[in-house]
Amino acid sequence: MADPVITSAVRVRGLTRTFGTRRVLRDVDLDIAGGEFVALLGRSGSGKSTLLRVLAGLDREVRGEVDVPGTVSVAFQQPRLLPWRRVWRNVSLGLRGVDGRAVAVKALAEVQLAGHAEAWPLTLSGGEAQRVSLARALVREPDVLLLDEPFGALDALTRLAMHALVERLWNTHRPAVLLVTHDVDEALLLADRVLVLDDGHVITEHRVDLARPRDRGSLVDLRAEVLADLGVDRETT
Amino acid sequence: MSISTTGVLARPRTADARPDPPAKKRRPPDLRRWISPVALVLLWQAASSTGVLPPDELASPVTVARAAVDLAVDGELGSAFAVSLRRVAVGFVLGAAAGLALGLLAGLSRWSETLVDPPVQMLRTLPHLGLIPLFILWFGIGEEPKIALIACGVAFPLYLNLHSGIRQTDPDLLEAARVLGYTRAERVRHVVLPSAVPQTLVGLRIALGTAWLSLIVAEQVNADAGIGHLINNAREFLRTDVVVVGLLVYALLGLTTDALVRGLERRVLRWQTR
Repeated sequence: MADPVITSAVRVRGLTRTFGTRRVLRDVDLDIAGGEFVALLGRSGSGKSTLLRVLAGLDREVRGEVDVPGTVSVAFQQPRLLPWRRVWRNVSLGLRGVDGRAVAVKALAEVQLAGHAEAWPLTLSGGEAQRVSLARALVREPDVLLLDEPFGALDALTRLAMHALVERLWNTHRPAVLLVTHDVDEALLLADRVLVLDDGHVITEHRVDLARPRDRGSLVDLRAEVLADLGVDRETT
Repeated sequence: MSISTTGVLARPRTADARPDPPAKKRRPPDLRRWISPVALVLLWQAASSTGVLPPDELASPVTVARAAVDLAVDGELGSAFAVSLRRVAVGFVLGAAAGLALGLLAGLSRWSETLVDPPVQMLRTLPHLGLIPLFILWFGIGEEPKIALIACGVAFPLYLNLHSGIRQTDPDLLEAARVLGYTRAERVRHVVLPSAVPQTLVGLRIALGTAWLSLIVAEQVNADAGIGHLINNAREFLRTDVVVVGLLVYALLGLTTDALVRGLERRVLRWQTR
């Protein structure tokens, strides 16, 4: 799979994406090292989801260099499970046709859903379905895991549990992660590096050199800085 | 009589869309609902017994029941039933093959859709039962025009519902499959076809209803065997009891196939229960 010579899991140079006359991504450079956790912050319309779609290979109408040599998995904002396949079959979809029931159940156990292997997706709660979606993304041992606001549709309590889960899964499997989000706290809690995307361009980058698991208290200063980058005043937060 | 052959979207398609509220638990049947039907039959019997309803207009329930037993015992009902059932079966298989093949073609390929869909949409506006005169001219008065009429009634609803079922596949699910590396053929197999099943089953139910209707109309014309022949013969001899028996058999056949499809739906669509 991963060639030892390859040091970066994602390498993007001069990426530009235009929709009609609108330039959604302008000359973006991005490197993600193998096993690195990067968060991409931005307001709606900043182009962050477009960038993720390009990395996922879903959008090829681009100019510039995009190099993602390894296996890529995506977890979307909606779990996008096939409702007519049982939960474990949805997970083994990640293995493409291989009848990997044992592997799928093991992946479900990692997200605490081994007991739901035989369930139908429509019987799951939003958080459970999203965990199945994570299991499906991880079961193929990706080199790069792209997370497109995967907690956006969940309630606050479930989201906290999901943060801890994602951190643990990342520790176990060590894929390079690109987390697209508009939640500053989420980005700072999880990522090694936080990029702020504005108007199609990466405007700043923050390294988060804090031990994990992080607590929110230690993030206050960094949080203010990032919010300022996003154009949010301290008074309004 | 009007049977709609347009597509009806009866069920949710995606994991995010919440499906209909759970079906009501089966309750013990409310026996009070039998009061008025039984009263009507009793009234009918009373009208017949007192002579208000002459037997050459409508036979009494008791006479009808007796006629049913007689016809069943001497085998006349059984053989008529077999002939009619065979007509529907052959017509259904032919019509279903055509409707499903064209629906798949139009659903899966843009080019085929451009070529196939316009003529089919134009033809479906023709009331197919009105085609009998043409079919008699083309096929004579044997089995062929009857089977052709039934096949027409079956093909259109299946085509329309399969086609629109395929077209309504959730693009988000297709995208998720693409990210997992699924080829086009695999996406069709795992995503497109399963998501078209609920609506195709709606089409199947409409198709079966139309098939029985087509049979009844077709058998009014020159049938030398089958339930329709039995009924027409009985009319000549003012045997209203036999006419009613024939009608009841038609009704039972329709109900039976409908129940079969419902059973099939419960099994195939069990992923929709929550």
